[in-house]
Amino acid sequence: MHEWALAEAILTSAKQIAEQEKLKEVTEVTIKVGELQQVEPPILRFALSQMKSDIFKSAKFRILKAKSTLKCRVCGTAWQFNFKKLDKATAEAIHFVPEVAHTYIKCPKCGSPDFEIVCGRGVWLQDIKGAK
Amino acid sequence: MVDPRISVISHRLSGISRIIAVSSGKGGVGKSMVATTLALTLAKSGYRVGLFDIDFTSPSTHIILGAQNVQPKEEKGLVPPTVHGLEYMSLIYFVGDNPAPLRGADVSNALIELLTVTQWGTLDFLVIDMPPGIGDAILDLVRLIKRIEFLIVTTPSLLAFETVKKQVALLCELKMPIIGVVENMKMDKAKGITGETGKLGLVYLGEIPFDPQVEDAIGDVAKLLNTAVGKKIRQIADSVILAKKRAP
Repeated sequence: MHEWALAEAILTSAKQIAEQEKLKEVTEVTIKVGELQQVEPPILRFALSQMKSDIFKSAKFRILKAKSTLKCRVCGTAWQFNFKKLDKATAEAIHFVPEVAHTYIKCPKCGSPDFEIVCGRGVWLQDIKGAK
Repeated sequence: MVDPRISVISHRLSGISRIIAVSSGKGGVGKSMVATTLALTLAKSGYRVGLFDIDFTSPSTHIILGAQNVQPKEEKGLVPPTVHGLEYMSLIYFVGDNPAPLRGADVSNALIELLTVTQWGTLDFLVIDMPPGIGDAILDLVRLIKRIEFLIVTTPSLLAFETVKKQVALLCELKMPIIGVVENMKMDKAKGITGETGKLGLVYLGEIPFDPQVEDAIGDVAKLLNTAVGKKIRQIADSVILAKKRAP
């Protein structure tokens, strides 16, 4: 599962931050998951729970979903794409590499593929709580 | 907010002994052909080799390899399929024959994503086919893969070598190891590039003749390795293997 690779990145990054902040134990990790990448929170949560060790033993993982906003660089139109419209193969391609959205998605107003992913692209580490 | 992906990239690449970026400041000098043939040659010599095409907007290594109907396997990330003995990764799996109109930031993000999720396993060499230029791709690789080595491709044209000089200056400034310079599509016995390479303090790895037969060998790796280009790259591969001692 692709989510496992992202879970490993989240734990590696969270551990680095915890070490910088001299946390002996992490109690909560908040993760933001962008709609564009269509990461499955249950799979991500399961992967995190299976891979967590040492300072994460009692950590809870909060996974927040972020709406994806796209903005056309040509005509300025901003829109939220309805990912349910995509066929399975296209949705899967964007799931693996969100930037390939530029291949499949066009501005609803002018048809340009030149748009900015303003927010809601992929996985972000938002916050870490713990005890020193 | 923190992008967690970058923290795991060095771990993803930890099973790879050497990572070689085949690059050039100039486009159209034959980077993809050199990168693909070099990777195939190393694999044929018994090494475990990966080929990563990061020329996202104009990928061509899949055409040289004749790679068809292959996809990465989803297994705690993406495991590249084996194509002619190479662990082969390309954006082509996700865009097919469609254009991928990506701006610089998108190129960086796609590169980081693929470096984050690709499970290369254990390799002796990972050969990276770079896009032309000295912009995002080089800067990202230098930032993300600290132990990368560069192999520079030029043609006999001083126009191509002029951009190579700028690329070399940048890489020297960034203290990145350069294995040497390959002179591709050589049509005469002129020694201009040999001398210019020496002036830069770099190793001239050899010349590859302009070979009209190469066009017919595209998509047929056995034929490709038997062309004059394939035979010359076999010699260059020996220098690349030995260059390990020169890389800092």
